[in-house]
Amino acid sequence: MLATSPAFKQNVKGALADAGLQKALAFTRPSFAGKRSAAVAGLPEFEQLRDVGRDIKNHVLANLDFYLETWAGNVEKAGGTVHWCSTADEARAAVLAICQKAGAKTVTKGKSMISEELGINDHLEKFGIEPVETDLGEYILQLRKEPPSHIIAPAFHLNREDWEESFRASHTDLDEERVFGERRDILTEARKKLREKFLAADVGITGANFLIAETGSSVIVTNEGNGDLTQTLPKVHIVLASIEKVVPTLEDACTFLRLLARSATGQDMSVYTTFSTGARRPGDLDGPEEYHVVVIDNGRSAMIGTEFQEMLRCIRCAACMNHCPVYFTVGGHSYGWVYPGPMGSVLTPSLIGVDKAGHLPNASTFCGKCESVCPVKIPLPKMMRHWREREFERHLTPQTMRTNLSIWAWFAKRPALYRLATRAAAWALGLMGRKKGRFHTLPFAGGWTDGRDLPAPEGETFFARYARQQRETQS
Amino acid sequence: MSKDAILGAIRRGLKRGPLPDDQKLALRARLEAHPRHLIPARAQLPRPEQVALFLRNVEKEFGTTARVANLSDVPAAVAEYLAANNLPSDFAIAPHPELESIDWASRPLLTLRPGRAQATDAVCLTHGYAAVAETGTLMLPASPHRPTTLNLLGDTAIVVLRASRIVGWMEAAWDLIRAENHDETTGGFMPRNIMWVTGPSRSADIESTLELGAHGPRRLHVVLVDDDPTAVA
Repeated sequence: MLATSPAFKQNVKGALADAGLQKALAFTRPSFAGKRSAAVAGLPEFEQLRDVGRDIKNHVLANLDFYLETWAGNVEKAGGTVHWCSTADEARAAVLAICQKAGAKTVTKGKSMISEELGINDHLEKFGIEPVETDLGEYILQLRKEPPSHIIAPAFHLNREDWEESFRASHTDLDEERVFGERRDILTEARKKLREKFLAADVGITGANFLIAETGSSVIVTNEGNGDLTQTLPKVHIVLASIEKVVPTLEDACTFLRLLARSATGQDMSVYTTFSTGARRPGDLDGPEEYHVVVIDNGRSAMIGTEFQEMLRCIRCAACMNHCPVYFTVGGHSYGWVYPGPMGSVLTPSLIGVDKAGHLPNASTFCGKCESVCPVKIPLPKMMRHWREREFERHLTPQTMRTNLSIWAWFAKRPALYRLATRAAAWALGLMGRKKGRFHTLPFAGGWTDGRDLPAPEGETFFARYARQQRETQS
Repeated sequence: MSKDAILGAIRRGLKRGPLPDDQKLALRARLEAHPRHLIPARAQLPRPEQVALFLRNVEKEFGTTARVANLSDVPAAVAEYLAANNLPSDFAIAPHPELESIDWASRPLLTLRPGRAQATDAVCLTHGYAAVAETGTLMLPASPHRPTTLNLLGDTAIVVLRASRIVGWMEAAWDLIRAENHDETTGGFMPRNIMWVTGPSRSADIESTLELGAHGPRRLHVVLVDDDPTAVA
């Protein structure tokens, strides 16, 4: 997928002016957070489970080579085939080769974020194979030729009018009289259309939430049932999975299942959690005849041993973006690549380079909410800070910012002078803003005041006030 | 080849070569022991309450339930459910010995077609292997007796489940599969596919609002057979 992350600032301007997007963001924000907190409140052990989840993932990452090899060996024992791919190019080629060998005309797809990384749909189309997204949200996005704006609710930025408009434009057999008054009507139309696709497809491609080392299984977690139809009906099932998805045992997977749905949608358990192990067995009446797993690195192994290793614990629940004030202001497309929100701000620079994605780790208020809701306790703000440091070290930050930072640093290294200067500034600003208590405009601070008012200081610095209060409590 | 490249890159990151044999042994021992982690207290209940929790959770997730005393009561319960919901009385049914042992002729209006589901089936009935009280989840492993398509293609899915097969938590259901299933093809215990099903299919992709019946069944009905005297309150 082509990244527009370098144009983050322009993307944001567009997003802020997009009334439809802002309506969808405002509507969705309270529901995401509310559902998670209700689900977490229903499980007193949730906090302990976060620690357990973190520890299992750390154990896996420390032994990732062993668990991947064990998993691959067990896939083969179960009659499946593993395709190891270092890069997106290799993975695209592997998927295409399997599809061509199967003589595939159409391919159905379950929701998979790594498939967005690979841009697999465009690649298949180029070779005359029709890919069909079957997750309801992904389906409408495919019709609209848009990327997902969220990792678990890919089309939540669209409103009902958008759905109706796209269906009327794309479903050419649709009766003009057909009414789409309710969400139900939209769902019924999509279900009917996609059912035909499920039955006709030659190959089904799904992602994987987990790979199980001890059994060689892949696991998908869905609510719609589209992933299951995708992997059950066609002759060939292809799983796309990145290397960090492996967990040792079924019991380890249980811990993540308890964390995942609660963190993601606020369900105790998603509707369908399905473990696939190899192809159809003798006597089976259904299921695919071939089972392939394309296991993909695409930049992840380079994160191991760095300050970004912990990012590989991520189970893609979306809790971080669901609680992020920045995400809910700018929406998912602004981030400009596959993964938005706080996890995207850490992962995207790792995978496509901080030179392209440097804006993302800077687009954070460091409020810390993401880390506090992360089911595997990834220190997201800390890692965004690491990216800012790397960006600075590599001289990727703009000159004015660097100059201002060095001026600030010069003062900060001289505490007496720093306090004097800040005290003077706070006093002056306090005096100037005494009347209104805030500034609409301020010289050199347009970046702040263009979008909102700057509250006026009350005339005293934090240091001065702290020292005064200490004196007062002692006397 | 890329396998070596990937494993090599991982090892470079971890600043070590391949794991020494003693460490591999320790990891293999962990796989063989497959230790359980924290199991929530919510399902650690006496049997009757565990079964009640399961039924409550199915209903919380928009499924429906009926409870009968014996397998021989299943046809009447299915017929009543279909009639009450204006559903057709012909359905696809899993060719499972337990379901085959039922005298369906006691309800002559029901028409059964054993086998996998077809695209035209409105109603599918399958056999519940086990279920988890903790979340109201059915465990449906694929086998020649339990085709996967029955869980997916019908508008209505009916599952016949014996109360003795309800366990408290997921790990206990894995224990059952580990103990009871042996696959000749792979030498392992995992069937080709295991679906854990919690309620009917749904989506919140349209305006973040829940609608039932996305691609899978719109209705999920569990007929619970009380074969477990300890589970009856």
